[in-house]
Amino acid sequence: MNLTIVSGPPSSGKTAVILKTIAALKSRGVKVGVVKFDCLYTDDDKAYAEAGVPVQKGLSGALCPDHFFASNIEEIVRWGKQSELDLLITESAGLCNRCSPYLKQVKGVCVIDNLSGINTPRKIGPLLKSADLVVITKGDIVSQAEREVFAARVSSVNPRALILPVNGLTGQGAYELSTLLYNPDLQVETVQGMQLRFPMPAALCSYCLGETRIGQAFQLGNVKKMDLGEPEA
Amino acid sequence: MTNQTLAQLLAQQPYAADFFKQNKLDISGFEQLTPAEYLAHFSPEELEDRALEPERLLADLALYLEQMRDFLGLDEQQPLRTLTILPGRDKAGQAEDFERLTLHTSEIVSIVGPTGSGKSRLLADIEWAAQGDTPTGRRILINDAPPDPQWRYSSRHKLVAQLSQNMNFVMDLTVQGFLQLHAESRLHPDPAAVTREIMTAANRLAGEAFALDTPVTSLSGGQSRALMIADTAILSASPIVLIDEIENAGIDRKRALELLVAQDKIVLMATHDPLLALMANRRLVINNGGICQVLTTSPAEKAKLGQLQQLDAVIAAARQQLRRGQRLS
Ligand SMILES: Nc1nc2c(ncn2[C@@H]2O[C@H](COP(=O)(O)OP(=O)(O)OP(=O)(O)O)[C@@H](O)[C@H]2O)c(=O)[nH]1
Ligand SMILES: [Mg+2]
Repeated sequence: MNLTIVSGPPSSGKTAVILKTIAALKSRGVKVGVVKFDCLYTDDDKAYAEAGVPVQKGLSGALCPDHFFASNIEEIVRWGKQSELDLLITESAGLCNRCSPYLKQVKGVCVIDNLSGINTPRKIGPLLKSADLVVITKGDIVSQAEREVFAARVSSVNPRALILPVNGLTGQGAYELSTLLYNPDLQVETVQGMQLRFPMPAALCSYCLGETRIGQAFQLGNVKKMDLGEPEA
Repeated sequence: MTNQTLAQLLAQQPYAADFFKQNKLDISGFEQLTPAEYLAHFSPEELEDRALEPERLLADLALYLEQMRDFLGLDEQQPLRTLTILPGRDKAGQAEDFERLTLHTSEIVSIVGPTGSGKSRLLADIEWAAQGDTPTGRRILINDAPPDPQWRYSSRHKLVAQLSQNMNFVMDLTVQGFLQLHAESRLHPDPAAVTREIMTAANRLAGEAFALDTPVTSLSGGQSRALMIADTAILSASPIVLIDEIENAGIDRKRALELLVAQDKIVLMATHDPLLALMANRRLVINNGGICQVLTTSPAEKAKLGQLQQLDAVIAAARQQLRRGQRLS
């Protein structure tokens, strides 16, 4: 089985792109399944099921979705193997832009969209910086110049990634993407022992542990204060 | 590069500044350090806090500089002269009925066929420089040879630029700021001059002139399209331009095509507007996923174009009168 980890800011077009890519793979007889990771809510599982794609969803609820991903990926891969998939794709929404779910030996794809603004590549951390492939969507509604500037900026923060424009609505570029995602010679048996590409923040503060009261007296653990400088007189 | 100081690096390759800026690395005050020494000045806490990996950043910097050097060198090295499409098959698996289709720079070819007939697939085949590895099995040659993979994978040097009716400006910038930004990202040696050049060209296309300090998002439909076309013609690095219809109002479409062609572009234009379709010397008819005919525009059709252009001028004049609050004469 092949494994691909797809991530990207909310509503960037991940599901649209994955669905178009699966359609291209299906026509070549490749069996694909998806697992969607989200925080509080997602309807993506329905969209996949409607397209006849085997799907699982995991809601992290009170946990950081990327931490939740790391705790569950091993079982998910087992599910994919048992379902006899040729390719398992995980979709997770990058929420704080600080964590990223990519594993060192597994293809990592970041989906971002042209509408998010040209300063976005700078704002997204390891989620974009350590992806192998960057898919840029929604090029159909911005100008050529904006697409060029956006792609150039993505390439400045991640020069080693392949950058591929894909239209999530028409599927233009999805066939091309599918050829980069599935390689029959590549087999992932298990992800046990694999490593995250980028360590997640070590933070654990009072509020992570359920504290609700505001004030220095209630703050323990990894507490970080803003530097506000001198008051402006 | 490794033993150069940041100051030396920036003097020699000024575009390195953008790498530091996009990676949120403030190097001011550290110019006398090498990149490695600069990255070593961060404490482990700072590195974690800012999600930085010095080794990866150094490797990325080297790669970025190499890509930029390649990009700057490309324009002179291998200009595109011809684009050749070798036939594949349609959705039913039927071989396409042409031998080889070669387009030259400064040529306009129109593409016609019902929605869903395979226009997008053809455009995608060209964009991806297909080598028999897409559903159509078509192959694309550049200057009569299989293309360099850089056309496929380089983010800065794409084969194809696209213009369509649905495209809008979304940046919160004035025309001046917008063009400046694009020129810088293209590493243009003289952003001010090219900005003036694009403005002049765009205002020749637009029905109503606009100024450099106009926000791009408040341009009218015709003005936006004029600016997009002038900018793509003059500043985009892509030698092929794909156009998906150009609206009729507020823009001189004949001049727009002339501008693209004057910049040595190959123009492929999907349109059902006879005024545009007949301006091309050839048109590809697409059906069921395949190119089923390649028509050369006949003298009779060119004569027809003349009549249609006269009609169009009558309508345009009436529109202008309405706008001015006059009675139609
Ligand atoms: N115009 C345009 N719209 C797109 C494109 N790709 C996706 N969209 C639209 O963008 C919206 C969000 O797309 P999704 O695929 O649901 O995005 P997502 O990243 O999966 O979203 P979450 O999983 O909720 O984070 C939908 O309305 C899509 O139809 C594109 O290339 N062009
Ligand atoms: Mg989704």
